[in-house]
Amino acid sequence: MPVSSSEVRQNGTMSKAKGKSVKRRNSEEDEEQPSFINSDGEDDASKEEEEDLTDSEESVFSGLEDSGSDSDDEDDEDDEEGESDEDAPSADENGESSTAAEASEKQSPAIGTKDKAQAKTAARKEGKKKGRSSGKLEQESESTRQPTVSPLVEEYEQDTSDEEDIRNTVGNIPMEWYKDYPHIGYDLDGKMIFKPIRNKDELDEFLDKMENPDYWRTVHDKMTGTDIRLSDEQVDLVHRLQRGQFGDVNFNEYEPSVDFFSGEVMIHPVTNRPQDKRSFIPSLIEKEKVSKLVHAIKMGWIKPRKPKDTAPQYYDLWAKEDPNAILGRHKMHVPAPKMRLPGHEESYNPPPEYLPTEEEKLAWEQQDPEDRKLNFLPQKYPCLRAVPAFSRFIHERFERCLDLYLCPRQRKMRVNVDPEDLIPKLPKPKDLQPFPTTQALVYRGHSSLVRCISVSPTGQWLASGSDDCTVRFWEVSTARCMKTVEVGGAVKSIAWNPNPAISLVALCFNQSMLVLNPGLGDKLVCSTTDQLLSSYVEPEEERPQPVQWVTPEGKDHEKGIRLIINHPKAVRQVTWHGKGDYLASVMPDNSNMQVLIHQVSKRRTQNPFRKNKGLVQCVSFHPIRPYFFVATQRYVRVYNLIKQELTKKLMANCKWISSMAVHPAGDNVICGSYDSRLAWFDLDLSTKPYKVLRHHKKALRGVAFHRQYPLFASASDDGSVIVCHGMVYNDLLQNPLIVPVKVLKGHAITHDLGVLDVAFHPTQPWVFSSGADGTVRLFS
Amino acid sequence: MGGLQKKKYERGAATNYITRNKARKKLQLSLADFRRLCILKGIYPHEPKHKKKVNKGSTAPRTFYLLKDIRFLLHEPIVGKFREYKVFVRKLRKAYGKAEWTSVQRLKENKPGYKLDHIVKERYPTFIDALRDIDDSLSMCFLFSTFARTGKCHVQTIQLCRRLSVEWMNYIITSRSLRKVFLSIKGIYYQAEVFGQPITWLVPYQFAHNHPTDVDYRVMATFTEFYTTLLGFVNFRLYQSLNLVYPPKLDSKAEVELKTESEEDYAMDSESYLEKLAALSASLARVISTAEEEEAELDQFPADGEDVEALEAREKQQKEQEAHKRLFEGLKFFLNREVPREPLAFVLRCFGAQVSWDQSLCIGGTYDITDQTITHQIVDRPNVDQKYINRYYVQPQWVFDCVNAKLLLPVADYFPGVTLPPHLSPFVEEKDGDYVPPEKLKLMALQRGEKLDREEEEEEEDEEEEEDEDNDEEEEEEEDEEGEEEEDMDDEELADEKNLKNMEKLKAQGKALSVKVTPGKAKIENKLRTEQEEKAEEKRLAIMMMKKKEKYLYDKIMFGKKRKVREANKLAAKRKAHEDANKAVKKKKTAKNQ
Repeated sequence: MPVSSSEVRQNGTMSKAKGKSVKRRNSEEDEEQPSFINSDGEDDASKEEEEDLTDSEESVFSGLEDSGSDSDDEDDEDDEEGESDEDAPSADENGESSTAAEASEKQSPAIGTKDKAQAKTAARKEGKKKGRSSGKLEQESESTRQPTVSPLVEEYEQDTSDEEDIRNTVGNIPMEWYKDYPHIGYDLDGKMIFKPIRNKDELDEFLDKMENPDYWRTVHDKMTGTDIRLSDEQVDLVHRLQRGQFGDVNFNEYEPSVDFFSGEVMIHPVTNRPQDKRSFIPSLIEKEKVSKLVHAIKMGWIKPRKPKDTAPQYYDLWAKEDPNAILGRHKMHVPAPKMRLPGHEESYNPPPEYLPTEEEKLAWEQQDPEDRKLNFLPQKYPCLRAVPAFSRFIHERFERCLDLYLCPRQRKMRVNVDPEDLIPKLPKPKDLQPFPTTQALVYRGHSSLVRCISVSPTGQWLASGSDDCTVRFWEVSTARCMKTVEVGGAVKSIAWNPNPAISLVALCFNQSMLVLNPGLGDKLVCSTTDQLLSSYVEPEEERPQPVQWVTPEGKDHEKGIRLIINHPKAVRQVTWHGKGDYLASVMPDNSNMQVLIHQVSKRRTQNPFRKNKGLVQCVSFHPIRPYFFVATQRYVRVYNLIKQELTKKLMANCKWISSMAVHPAGDNVICGSYDSRLAWFDLDLSTKPYKVLRHHKKALRGVAFHRQYPLFASASDDGSVIVCHGMVYNDLLQNPLIVPVKVLKGHAITHDLGVLDVAFHPTQPWVFSSGADGTVRLFS
Repeated sequence: MGGLQKKKYERGAATNYITRNKARKKLQLSLADFRRLCILKGIYPHEPKHKKKVNKGSTAPRTFYLLKDIRFLLHEPIVGKFREYKVFVRKLRKAYGKAEWTSVQRLKENKPGYKLDHIVKERYPTFIDALRDIDDSLSMCFLFSTFARTGKCHVQTIQLCRRLSVEWMNYIITSRSLRKVFLSIKGIYYQAEVFGQPITWLVPYQFAHNHPTDVDYRVMATFTEFYTTLLGFVNFRLYQSLNLVYPPKLDSKAEVELKTESEEDYAMDSESYLEKLAALSASLARVISTAEEEEAELDQFPADGEDVEALEAREKQQKEQEAHKRLFEGLKFFLNREVPREPLAFVLRCFGAQVSWDQSLCIGGTYDITDQTITHQIVDRPNVDQKYINRYYVQPQWVFDCVNAKLLLPVADYFPGVTLPPHLSPFVEEKDGDYVPPEKLKLMALQRGEKLDREEEEEEEDEEEEEDEDNDEEEEEEEDEEGEEEEDMDDEELADEKNLKNMEKLKAQGKALSVKVTPGKAKIENKLRTEQEEKAEEKRLAIMMMKKKEKYLYDKIMFGKKRKVREANKLAAKRKAHEDANKAVKKKKTAKNQ
């Protein structure tokens, strides 16, 4: 407050002893003061004064409230000043103010505080002057005495800046602007304030720091350019502010709070404002709205809301049902299958056989829930009373729901066939007799597996070749071994000359082929055969031949060997032409010389094929026509020997052909294969098999046709010979009839080999089979 | 060459199917809404014939819907309702958030709802279609009606389910169309024949449910929503067909009777009415109160190609059915308080009996335990305190067994405290080759009218029975022996062959056989046997000639058959073992007694 600043100088030495009355008065004076000053300067000050007066009067009469409110403004101002103040009030001043406050206790507390602030300001303005009083009377007189000062004072009354030290009047500017000037501003009288002579350099500064015990409390004031040493109080204040405390020592931060709105009911209202008039008068707008609604209701425009009926309404939905009104999608509709109906095991009291044993229970529990056949464990309860709730009931219902809307549906055609209908209707085997049915004879003698057998065209003799390097000749009807011929290797193939007028047997082992006269049966036939062979005259010009024809002498001749044909490679199969003059041999390898045809009467050999068309498995002559069958691994090729061309290529549909037989009529061929199939070809029909039989469990080793009866047999590694009825009709339109008639078992399986060869008796419905167990068996 | 190149997967099967996600996108629905729609509309995925083709070459597992089905959903008005509901929920949430309680109230009042009537009509164009598919809805309604009124689903739903199931039971009683009942460990199966359609439903036993956590109740609730609608309409139609008032009302006579008795117990009339209906003890009111059944006799017209015998058989069957319907007619039952009241009352009333129970047990009991005209009292406790001499005391299983047997079984096996005979499933129809439990055989004999033997048996002592059993066994043994004989023969032959083989072996080894002449046996030729063997071989040979495909099928069928036989044999063996054990125990007891 500028007043106080002016006052300070005249304050003189008023004793504190002036007493409480003086103080009180002082405060009162203080209140009136601004108006007093205003009256000096401005015209309308009188009004303000009046107001102020009235206020003060009111304050006298109406007590706390107004006076409080009045003093608030001033108080605020004072506080501001107090806060911006740098000087702390001196100790005795504090004491004084406190006494003043005590004195004004009876008056409003606001006045007291104001008084205190007043005191502070006074103290602040005169930092160095100590004892002083707040006598306002003197101040008044002062103001009247120094009218020249008053306008200045007035000017600063309006100044809101918190500038304290107004010795320098340059204002709040950066002081660097005066850097180059000798002065740093102007004092109140407009005179330059010169910079104090500062000749302190760094060294001085340092020395000062070292020597001056008050260096730490010395502050450089930029505005005046002086060094100020802070007093103890000021240092204390700085410390307090640094600590974040209030600058005022006496300020109690933790005063008990007083709620303005407390829970207690006060006798007086918070505001004393009377209620509005409108709160007593009914609203017109509302009335209008209500009347509108009432009118609408009267007119029936608004109907009262009916309570909603949540219960579903049912009626005859199918009153007009139209069975034809089926949607398009119903064509593809798959109705959900119904739930499975329960069996005996689901009963609460099932027959005892449906109850699971302990193992079954354990197994059921260990199974995955999806794999279980029943989704519950059958249980027995003695009476209905004891039956508990089924714990998975809701689960099952839920699963059904899931099935209904999540499970993909598909129409599946359930095969409803009587399995008997699937079995083909075949003529009874009984009606297809004769065929071999039982094992009649066993021909024993070979010590190793018997690879091949052949029956003489008369049907009296049987020749068998074995791995024990012997060929044995048996009498068919007695199973007596008539003759044993030792040869130099395991006999791979043996064939009796089909011409009954010649008694010759061809057989092969290693690389050579023998033509043998067994000397059995009709002596005449034997001798004529010998004569026939010996009547051969060597031609003049020797033609180069792929094989070597040797006529054995001496011992070999005595054994019956008439001819030896030495081949360049191992021979696998020999077979006679139906007339008995030609002889074919097979040497399976990769050359073009796999098949050779020998003519016994002329001792000539020729190689019919120029090219190698695969590994030849077996060959066969056509019984009537000049055809030649060559079976490679996959195909059977039929060559016309006269025209020297390929007439047919039969696809066997199997992996590896093992054996082949030609029907005596010549139009049908059967092939056995190592992948346990037997293919029947009808040459007139197609190059693909007419029928493929898979009746053997293991690889087929040999197949054979009967010469007279419509029978064929197949021998397999599973130890069985299957005899089938294979009727070929003369009528070309009728397909052959194939009926299996008998499964013949007897051979023991040794080294995974069962029956190795099979041959029919030329006239009787008998079949011979040779096996890996070293026996030959006759089934009749 | 001309012509556009044909692109793959743009025609044929690939265009007929649509994956689920694509369908959802097409319909612009969330998965939950799509699911709900599928449930309500009865749309289900289809399994395409060539999955890879439909899946555009990929083999990833996907579910496919028919494109037609999805297109059909596009125009469903309910989809709009779903959207409306979504908006409603959003608005409601907003109102709650803003604490605008008036608008919350208003929104709640105008909650959008939908009706499923048109869907029911669409899914089941005819009434018979609906009846055919009503099994699941009945089971579901009966299940939901047993739920406690806790938060698993809306209370209204439970009440509605209860109402509908009670209506259904009342209809079945009035039309007397119940055919079979089965007490299983899961619950009670009922089978009724309505309009010629067999309808089976399952009712759980009356216990509090232990609600599982891994069940999605929303799915169940959606199903129930549809099922209740369907069942309501079906009930309406059924009631109409019998000239009954719908919603059902009690007969005026019965109503008066019931009212006088139970005035104090039930405060609210509206509440007690459903209870009274649920009591199943009173008959229902008819639209036109005619004087009892005016059954016109139906003329019989033989169908085309039906001969007299078939007609007679049909007539006989009809007569039997009529008799079955009147199985309990004239009998008066009293249910003790420990037996399940509802199923028993339902079954008994379905076959024309009069039923009552203790007044404190349930509303609707018409006469007291002291009534002298009661013929049967159903009891499920070991002994009864006060016995009346002029009535039978039987266990509840008797009722169910009688219904399934279609005749009144002798009560002796069902006295209280007695070990009950096994309860057999009436749904099993044994074909030849299947295992038939001996109880069923006995029952069939009874049905055929061989009552006398049975009675005699009963009159005689236990020992006799044992003997009978022995006889039975002997018979069985005889059968077995036949088989054994065959085996014996085989054995002999085998022995011979073995001998021969041995000799062969010795020969092969080059050992001298001990020359011995044994007297030859004349082989008795068993003609029958040889014939059989021949046939068997014939068959074996014929099977050889089967084509690959047929052979595969044949093998499969035969495998199934063999498995069946094996199972039947297993059951029979188990039964035999059980009986043997029982007999041993009995013998021991008798020995001890002596």
